[in-house]
Amino acid sequence: MLSYILRRTLAMLPVMGIVVVFVFLLVRIAPGDPAAIIAGDYATPDTIQKIRVGLGLDKPIHVQFRIYLASLARGDLGRSLHSGLPVSQLILQRVEPTVALALSTLAFAVLLAVPLGILAAWKAGSLIDRAVMVFAVGGFSIPIFWLGFLLIYVFSIRLDLLPVQGYVSFREGLIPFARHLVLPTVALGMVYMALLARITRASVLEVLQSDYIRTAYAKGARPPAVLFAHALKNAAVPVVTTIGVGFALLIGGVVITESVFALPGLGRLTVDAVLQRDYSIIQGVTLIFALVYAVVNLVVDLSYTLFDPRIRY
Amino acid sequence: MRTGRIVMGFLALLIVGWVVSSPPVVGQAEAQTVRAVMLPEVKYLDPHYTTADITQQHGYMVFDTLFALDEKGQPQPQMVDTYRLSADKLTYTFTLRDGLKWHDSKPVRAADCVASIKRWAMKDAAGQKLMARAASLEAVNDKTFVLKLKEPYGLTIRALAKEYSYVPFMLPERLAVQDPSKPFEGDVIGSGPFMFAANEWVPGAKTVYLKFKEYVPRKEPSSYYAGGKVVNIDRVEFIVITDQSTAVAALEKGEVDYIQRPQVDQWPLLRKNPNIGMYRADIYQMQIHPNHLAPPFDNVKARQALMVMANQEEYLRAIAGDPQNFRTCYSYLGCGGWLETDAGAELLKKPDLERAKQLFAEAGYKGEKIVVMAPSDFPTINAASLTTAALLRKIGVNVDLQAMDWGTLVSRRPVKDPPSKNPAGWHIFHTTSGYAALKDPWGHANISTACDKAWFGWACSPRATKALDELADLSPGTDAFKKGLTEYHSALMEDIPYVPLGEFFAYAAYRKDRLSGIIDAPYTVFWNMTKK
Repeated sequence: MLSYILRRTLAMLPVMGIVVVFVFLLVRIAPGDPAAIIAGDYATPDTIQKIRVGLGLDKPIHVQFRIYLASLARGDLGRSLHSGLPVSQLILQRVEPTVALALSTLAFAVLLAVPLGILAAWKAGSLIDRAVMVFAVGGFSIPIFWLGFLLIYVFSIRLDLLPVQGYVSFREGLIPFARHLVLPTVALGMVYMALLARITRASVLEVLQSDYIRTAYAKGARPPAVLFAHALKNAAVPVVTTIGVGFALLIGGVVITESVFALPGLGRLTVDAVLQRDYSIIQGVTLIFALVYAVVNLVVDLSYTLFDPRIRY
Repeated sequence: MRTGRIVMGFLALLIVGWVVSSPPVVGQAEAQTVRAVMLPEVKYLDPHYTTADITQQHGYMVFDTLFALDEKGQPQPQMVDTYRLSADKLTYTFTLRDGLKWHDSKPVRAADCVASIKRWAMKDAAGQKLMARAASLEAVNDKTFVLKLKEPYGLTIRALAKEYSYVPFMLPERLAVQDPSKPFEGDVIGSGPFMFAANEWVPGAKTVYLKFKEYVPRKEPSSYYAGGKVVNIDRVEFIVITDQSTAVAALEKGEVDYIQRPQVDQWPLLRKNPNIGMYRADIYQMQIHPNHLAPPFDNVKARQALMVMANQEEYLRAIAGDPQNFRTCYSYLGCGGWLETDAGAELLKKPDLERAKQLFAEAGYKGEKIVVMAPSDFPTINAASLTTAALLRKIGVNVDLQAMDWGTLVSRRPVKDPPSKNPAGWHIFHTTSGYAALKDPWGHANISTACDKAWFGWACSPRATKALDELADLSPGTDAFKKGLTEYHSALMEDIPYVPLGEFFAYAAYRKDRLSGIIDAPYTVFWNMTKK
């Protein structure tokens, strides 16, 4: 197991390298001039050029890349072209809302989707099954931003139950923290839930056809025991894989959700950086997301051994 | 087991109910905090570094100025207590008010002001014109400094009272001596009525300002940016909510107190709410900027075609919808301001598509593609771009409408080559100018007619440039000034640096059940404001 972890960790390095090069080049090839954006609308071309020189953007691209690599080797993600603050500081400032949203969405989706998927598989062909599948299709089809606005309208404006926007750290109180996360979690969780419910249903349905399930029933085991003790464990591998793959969906959804609910997280930081052509932040955040995604998939792969003892690394 | 499940279910319901029903905690601290949705976010803290409006807004919170404009548009002393002009009109002597302090409690000195003026003038057009005429600028003692001119300059005080980018904010000398092509290094220390709370700043999310308790306001009542800056609140938070619908919902629910610029489509909703007030915060002029270096717009007839084609009412309806949100205006220099004139505006007043088509042909247009850049992330400018494209097509022009974001547009704007030589080249883009800029052609970059040194579009009119320079030396209100103004405006109408498309209004929205004492000004003024 340890050697597997080491091998996978080392395998991440070339992937990160490709991400670094690709993102560095992509942001500079894309149209847009951070110096012009910083200078503002009334600035003269001379002013813009001076800003460009001040930021080092007038240097040849290979020189800029060398400087960037050197700082990366020191663990320095650089400084924002706009605010001048260290990128690592900006990321740390904004990581908490994103992590909170991602974890709450994951928990919400898994805790609801997996039982729904099992229920649909158990009652395959029935009205319950069809209802769950309609829900899954709907959840996958409804845009997050639309659902977000609907939730705000119903629960914040009309019913006055929950706040419209913003984020409160758990350090300032668990209740306000939870209240501010409910609507964003539901909005983002729906699409994730839809995906998981479908995969769970398909996987459990397949397992329920197995001989050992028939044997378990024949031995007098009750349906909940059969479903959760026997079927789910054997159906877990594809479900866990989907959780890992769906993480990318979550990252994309976080961007939209943070904009709708004004959560000051990494998603919004990325969007703002892209619009403002803040190269340093775009590079830093993309690297972090790529790293997190690689780690999540490693954890998913390792978790297979929990569900299937036959799997060994 | 069964009982356990029931208990767990009951507990879960209890928790959910508790979460949902708990009201937010509102205490005494909340009552003195104003939460304002300002867009975009505060990113740059040095007001001499960038022309970005939000940085000038930040400047008005943290810094102060020597002079400021009152509601009649007249410069009034602000940090200055008294000033004298010598009989030969060449020497200004300025004396600072008593009690002026920086946020680190050190006294404001004349040397700080001298360094600040010099730094500001390195970037600002009005400042450059002033300092080009200056023989010397020196501090005499801690409270007095002297500006000696080479020749009389009637706009000296007006330049020091400039209200928009770059505002001549005063900085401590240690910040003011730094190169303005980079943001200053060091703590953000001003002498304004609010202090910047650096430890609470989350760029892109929240900026916090705290009342500066040692600020000594002038005794006069507040008037626009002038007069006494009396602060009645303890704390201001600039909150970033990028989505307009969310911002409006937050205002309706009371989670924020103020939105600086809600979008046009939200105004009817806001106007219906009895708890929400709106006031006209600014007036913008929409402009078509042709590339004077790219044929056919290097020919004045093509620019005249744009002018004759433009039906201001049509544009303004596309931009602002309801007629109560706009007004036609045939002046480059703003309507209702001290420089209003429509001298030479005959072409602009009578839109005529047939004539526009004819003028285009006379300019030598032969059917080549005309590139119109349209920033889809700016609704008002995008609306104007689409209208221009539609009108050009109506008169038979082959339009290449290129949608892009504003960041891409500003990166292509400096390209002088026509599209036939450079794929990044362009023929037309649109932009706006605020009312303050329109009333200040000496400092307004968009209207520059300095040819190669002009703003994007590179308008060239030696006649207009000369007339503007001469106008600076005339006394406002005199017959000579009126004549000079007519000459300047006629030159603009003849050479057409850009096509003015009328004026539309920008409104701010606020909770009128909580806030009062709001001063109507383009940059939001948080002094004088009270919160219940």
